[in-house]
Amino acid sequence: MSVTTLKSGSMLERVLVSGKFAVTSELGPPKSADVETIKEKAACLKGVCDAVNITDNQTAIVRMSSIAAGVLAMREGLEPVIQITCRDRNRLAIQADVLGAYALGIRNILCLSGDHQRFGNHPTSKNVFDMDSIQLVNVLKRMRDDKVFACGDEIRNSKKAPLVAPEIFIGAAANPFGDPFPFCVTRLGKKMRAGADFVQTQCIYDMDRFRRWMEMVRDRGLHEQIYILAGVTPLKSLRMAEHMRDNVAGLSVPDHLIERMKSAADPKEEGEKIAVEQMQELRDIPGVAGIHIMAIEAEKSVAGLAEKAGLLPRPIVD
Amino acid sequence: MIVAERKPFDEIFANAGKHHKVLLLGCGTCVTVCMAGGQKETGVLASQLRLASREKGVDLEVTEHTITRQCDAEFFDDTTSRLVEESDAVISMGCGVGVQFCSDRYPNKTVYPALNTEFFGATLEQGVWTERCAGCGQCIVDKFGGICPVARCSKSLLNGPCGGSADGRCEINPDVDCAWQKIYDHMETLGRVDELEEIQPLKDWSHNRDGGPRTVRKEDVRL
Repeated sequence: MSVTTLKSGSMLERVLVSGKFAVTSELGPPKSADVETIKEKAACLKGVCDAVNITDNQTAIVRMSSIAAGVLAMREGLEPVIQITCRDRNRLAIQADVLGAYALGIRNILCLSGDHQRFGNHPTSKNVFDMDSIQLVNVLKRMRDDKVFACGDEIRNSKKAPLVAPEIFIGAAANPFGDPFPFCVTRLGKKMRAGADFVQTQCIYDMDRFRRWMEMVRDRGLHEQIYILAGVTPLKSLRMAEHMRDNVAGLSVPDHLIERMKSAADPKEEGEKIAVEQMQELRDIPGVAGIHIMAIEAEKSVAGLAEKAGLLPRPIVD
Repeated sequence: MIVAERKPFDEIFANAGKHHKVLLLGCGTCVTVCMAGGQKETGVLASQLRLASREKGVDLEVTEHTITRQCDAEFFDDTTSRLVEESDAVISMGCGVGVQFCSDRYPNKTVYPALNTEFFGATLEQGVWTERCAGCGQCIVDKFGGICPVARCSKSLLNGPCGGSADGRCEINPDVDCAWQKIYDHMETLGRVDELEEIQPLKDWSHNRDGGPRTVRKEDVRL
């Protein structure tokens, strides 16, 4: 594919379009106005991945805005993937933020429904959900490709002014473990048709179910129309493994992994070993275009994991 | 119907205690069916208020009266108006509509709500009511096997479940059904699952309360 066909020109897009195996990771903004934490986390991730997701009030806990934290991360040499949830903003606010994010240099946006506010630190708040994540994907696609807002107005200052639309590489999430299971693939297809260029999956522990999901994805030919980045979260302890299994809706941790964590002399090391094995296995599954490493509040461990999984050095694609 | 629940007694008593003579006004429609503000519940609350005022030495006289509907002018008859005028304040056992209608009708009286109005719902079983409609003003349940994602999905998602649907349950509470599991199952029964592939466009919320308080006018029956 020639450079002229790029939609956003982001590094993540260039790596994926060039057919190279992509690596993304995650950086959670601070629960304060502290900039140093972002610098520290960014230093751990620089050169280790092609782009880094900047979460948007994840688990419905107030944090620094994803756009602001993303710009700060960009100053540290990272390429951000700004997450936008539908929970906190309506279509006016989101479109305004997309224009602002693009003007500040952001080229990747990931569209999410958002965790329900009941789980966070403002459970008495009012949610928005003016649109859902699939509709948000489509709003971004129309902004980029048709150069219009959701209302149909052209993205220009006046009738005579030039069209200046945000050229964004559009992402979404995919959950291969949600219910109803057949609908998980339907959702992926809808996201693709709505305009998503890539998806990152929920963290994968149940490899058998993920393989079945990928088979369904390939049967529909979706892997050829959307880049699929497989999600990996290293287990840090037996408690974490059990918590993931018991308390995180739509996520299963198979018994053999629980057993390994239980009998390990050093559970943290074992968790990382499992993650490396998973990444190597995922890489060989047809249709998987990259890995999304979500080391929750453990950005320091990402470089080591990527190294051991043979994902380094990251390519530079012009 | 409109489903409501009675407010905690202390909250009602605190308002009643600001006056010497209150009228407890029950409603004979929705809130009678959901056992929150009908004649029976009005009687029970009146007794509680009398008992509490006696115990606490508060000078409070409680009159009870129930009308067919508090959301319709024709039921506020002369007897009701006389009872209101004879009282210092009214405690309405109607839904939020009834409280306001009563308040509009008697502008010189303070009207307190005795209920928290919850939702438009249905009787699931004796003593259990559940939300079914969000009154969005543009019904689209036909696209979803007769199950409304606006009212019944915690995130009002129109294009399928979020990642938190597990074993037919919603992520917010294991007692809550995932509306999308129900939609999927029902569409499967109807042989219409393929229709869920269609991308539902942005919803026009201007017909919802987001467009401001709404009024329906049926010209052919107006006087």
